[in-house]
Amino acid sequence: MGKIKKGDWVQIYSVVLLPDQRASNLPEETQKVPLEMWVTGTLREEEASIGDDVTIITATGRMVQGRLEALHPSYRHSFGSFVPELQAIRQELFGLMKEGGWHGRESNL
Amino acid sequence: MAANQTYDQVMSRKGDIMMKAVGIDYRRFESGSIAFDYERMMQETGYSLDEMRAIQRAVGVGHTPLLEMKNLTRLARKLAGKGKGAHILVKDEAANPSGSFKARRAANAVFHARKLGFKGVIAATSGNYGAAVASQAAMQGLNCIIVQECYDSRRIGQPEIIEKARKCEAFGAEVVQLTVGPELFYVFLLLLEETGYFNASLYTPFGIGGVETLGFELVEQVREQFHREPDVVVCTHAGGGNLTGTARGMLKAHARTTQVVGASVDLQGLHMASDRHFNRKSFTTGHTGFGIPFAVWPDRSDVPRSAARPLRYIDRYVTVRQGEVFYMTEALARLEGLERGPAGNTSLAAAFSLAQELTEDHIIVVQETEYTGAGKHVQAQLSFARENGIEILRGDPASEIPGTNIVLPEHPGQIVASDVDLDRLKRSYIRNALKASGVDRPAESDLQFLAEDTKSGISFVMDTIAGLTA
Repeated sequence: MGKIKKGDWVQIYSVVLLPDQRASNLPEETQKVPLEMWVTGTLREEEASIGDDVTIITATGRMVQGRLEALHPSYRHSFGSFVPELQAIRQELFGLMKEGGWHGRESNL
Repeated sequence: MAANQTYDQVMSRKGDIMMKAVGIDYRRFESGSIAFDYERMMQETGYSLDEMRAIQRAVGVGHTPLLEMKNLTRLARKLAGKGKGAHILVKDEAANPSGSFKARRAANAVFHARKLGFKGVIAATSGNYGAAVASQAAMQGLNCIIVQECYDSRRIGQPEIIEKARKCEAFGAEVVQLTVGPELFYVFLLLLEETGYFNASLYTPFGIGGVETLGFELVEQVREQFHREPDVVVCTHAGGGNLTGTARGMLKAHARTTQVVGASVDLQGLHMASDRHFNRKSFTTGHTGFGIPFAVWPDRSDVPRSAARPLRYIDRYVTVRQGEVFYMTEALARLEGLERGPAGNTSLAAAFSLAQELTEDHIIVVQETEYTGAGKHVQAQLSFARENGIEILRGDPASEIPGTNIVLPEHPGQIVASDVDLDRLKRSYIRNALKASGVDRPAESDLQFLAEDTKSGISFVMDTIAGLTA
């Protein structure tokens, strides 16, 4: 990957609280890991590479420092994989509808 | 870490930061003991119903359709037996600009922030409220920061929360994403201090007042379309604002006989601050992990006195299971042609069960829906659960164990809402109120306040207190 340039939209990472700086009374598995943070914005340095400590300007104009983690961070969430149980439920519901003789949405009132 | 910014230092400044960021001096309503003047707080720092309706109308919020669930009603009747099965109506709140009823809360909060001269708003939320604040900030021309609890320590994000981040950014908001932990509140306070923005809390009088329009509209629409009062209104319950605001709006419409039912998804056994449990739940809100703690102690919220006080208004509280809500989400799509939720369908799953207890001439209203989409969708949530080691089964949903499995009913007759003992919650609230105030001998005005705040009576409060010291 080439150099990331000033003004590019990037994501940075930082540790907000180390395990020993965290609140007390946390469940053990939460207590032993740091509180981490991700923020996006435009790169302020002339040039940087992934892993560099950089400063960004966020959508509200704040300057935030952190480790450069991604150029053009993307959303990859989806509608998930096929769930056979849902297809079965759809078919069963259609069966119940046919059995009941319900068709359109004419009023019951 | 900069000076004065350790966790304890920042938390100790909480009171001052909040007073600046909300613009309300809550001390004005305090009695110095347990009691505080809730109604005066709602009047003096909020807006009248007409003002709220005008504010919302100006930004395209509200006036959502009330839809008759004809096939779900038929299905409920088939299961309920002769003469039983109330009409199920749904208030399609997904029709709001940001896709949920939260637009009502956000419209008022952002309006108020602008009126007070704030340059921006901040909200700590992983849910629909973030999208609502971001949408309203975009409309009303303010900057916006949304702080989310988003990832576990493996950096696996809950897909529903990732979708909310996407939506907030689409509205131009800055999204601060964190790993699991209650110290989100610490980051939130630091951001308020740094920016001087308004805390668009879910729990201010203007936020809750914003939901009053929903309860009011709902009653008006039932009267107009069916020439009568709704018998039961079911509200998905988490932090308490949805139920409180809706019930207050219904009272303002003089619907005094309607039963107000809260419904939450049963996630008992899962710890909300647990890094390990975080991605083992398929609902990020509307569940008992918020519903019960916020009912028994509403003042745990991000403002000194929460305007959301569910025990003041709730008549009945039920839970449904994740598998039941997913099944109803599928039924809503297949039988009614509406893809919504799933989290917002918690109250629908409860209503489907409760309708079967009532005779055919009754009307039961589900007072919200929410948009669906990538990440949020029932298929996205179920396949994510499966990838995270949750077993997806068909069977009796009563056997579901949160965090271990999700049991999808084999038949809609297996969808049964379970009652939560409200008196137990009321007693727990009274205990917490006494503990937080440090008052040993409550005054007459305290007893009166506790009775109102739990929709009980002086004798119930006195019996509870006697039981504590016995």
